[in-house]
Amino acid sequence: MIGASLAGMAAVQSIRASGHDGPIVVVDPAGSLPHDRPPLTKQVLAGQWPLERAAQPAAARLDELDLDLRLGVAATGLNADRRSVSLSDGSELEASALVLATGSHARTLPTGSGHGGPGGGDGSAALPSGAFTLRTGADCVALLERLEAEPARVVVIGAGFIGGEVAATCAGRGLTVSMLEAAPVPLQRVLPGGVGGFVTELHRRNGVDVRLGVSIEALNLNGDGSVRGVALGDGSNLEAEVVVIGVGAAPTVDWLADSGLTLLEPHRGGGILCDETLLAHPGVVAAGDVAAWPNPHFGGELMRVEHWENAVDAGTHAGRRALAELGGRDASGGGEAAEATVGAFSSVPWFWSDQFDSKIQMVGRCGPEDEPVVVAGDLTGDRFVVLFRRGDLCTAALGLNRPRQVMQARMRMAESLDWDGVAALF
Amino acid sequence: MVEGMKIVIDYDLCEANAICMGIAPEVFEVREDDNLYILQEEPAEELRPKMEEAVRRCPKQAISIEG
Repeated sequence: MIGASLAGMAAVQSIRASGHDGPIVVVDPAGSLPHDRPPLTKQVLAGQWPLERAAQPAAARLDELDLDLRLGVAATGLNADRRSVSLSDGSELEASALVLATGSHARTLPTGSGHGGPGGGDGSAALPSGAFTLRTGADCVALLERLEAEPARVVVIGAGFIGGEVAATCAGRGLTVSMLEAAPVPLQRVLPGGVGGFVTELHRRNGVDVRLGVSIEALNLNGDGSVRGVALGDGSNLEAEVVVIGVGAAPTVDWLADSGLTLLEPHRGGGILCDETLLAHPGVVAAGDVAAWPNPHFGGELMRVEHWENAVDAGTHAGRRALAELGGRDASGGGEAAEATVGAFSSVPWFWSDQFDSKIQMVGRCGPEDEPVVVAGDLTGDRFVVLFRRGDLCTAALGLNRPRQVMQARMRMAESLDWDGVAALF
Repeated sequence: MVEGMKIVIDYDLCEANAICMGIAPEVFEVREDDNLYILQEEPAEELRPKMEEAVRRCPKQAISIEG
């Protein structure tokens, strides 16, 4: 098991729940079991929960899971044919079956900021004091400490879900917040038709200074190297003692170069190419943020999903799939019998984001050409539901403060994406 | 005899977010009146992981498990 975060631990739990009592080695570069992430941008950052309360559900079950848990050790390379993994402590691990669940890391600013380096940065680039990404419990605690010192202004770069949650939590703490977005509308990649404009309205209603179509030239630094603000593309400067960079995440797959696995290029969504059962290679399964797989529920559309729930569901599936590989290898029948017992991973992605007192929930996955149809409320109000239509299909449903309707749409979409069936709910 | 678990909702806290309904629609249902209804007060043991998840996920911490 490579990765002890949500997907990896879900896989471990499903393997144990299936009755397998063989040895399971779990490797993760974090020094302790990674935290459950949703509260990190909200309850913990708001100061309402201690970090410990954001422990993964599996943390309480470690004893009964009976794992060889190797924390603080990173996987640095893989030979898929041999199912052998090189580890950062210099050792080599060979397994009968492998589950890859290394998750994502936060992106930092692209080239031109002076801090991303050529090719656009990722979380490995060191950030100056006062600049943060938010991905881990340690990130959260470091940022929280700075927020408790009541900075005069917080700048959040990126109006996506992480950026929006951080901006909302900071504003909720009574801080002055500016949220900068490069695109003319928030969530442009996720929501076609400019629907993401509701995020702008929501944040402005709650006192956040939202600026759209803004490019970042560089972080301005003080003499001691700490952040003084942000230099914008129009030549102006925005003073800020704290800058939070929420420009998305990238799947942690660099270590898999030359592994024998197929890695998708970023413009195809990135990640490890798997079959519909999440198998990436004989004996090698992937789950969570890193896995790209043809989702049968969407006609085999290649998907890579970074949501909390997908990590749990795909992890659970991947555990069973890995076990089937184990059985397939031990038995004379090979992998085919295993595939018959663990089928395709069919999923309707779902996630939520809490910002201020509002609940954003989305089901499904829409494409850039899908047509938004408002079926309840209106986009400028504080409650609405939008469906996204592609021909005869409803590919997604988005709700603001409409949890019951979103859940109903979700359950209907899990049966069928047929447009008429989903639209009939409203 | 093994006692099962019982799902208890603190209706003073519940805001009917329907998160629980997404996790386990066989147990939790948010109806037209925007209220949460429990379909099985004592769900089968194999639902325990889902129930624990629902407890954790509830944004208002309104769900608890007895037993």
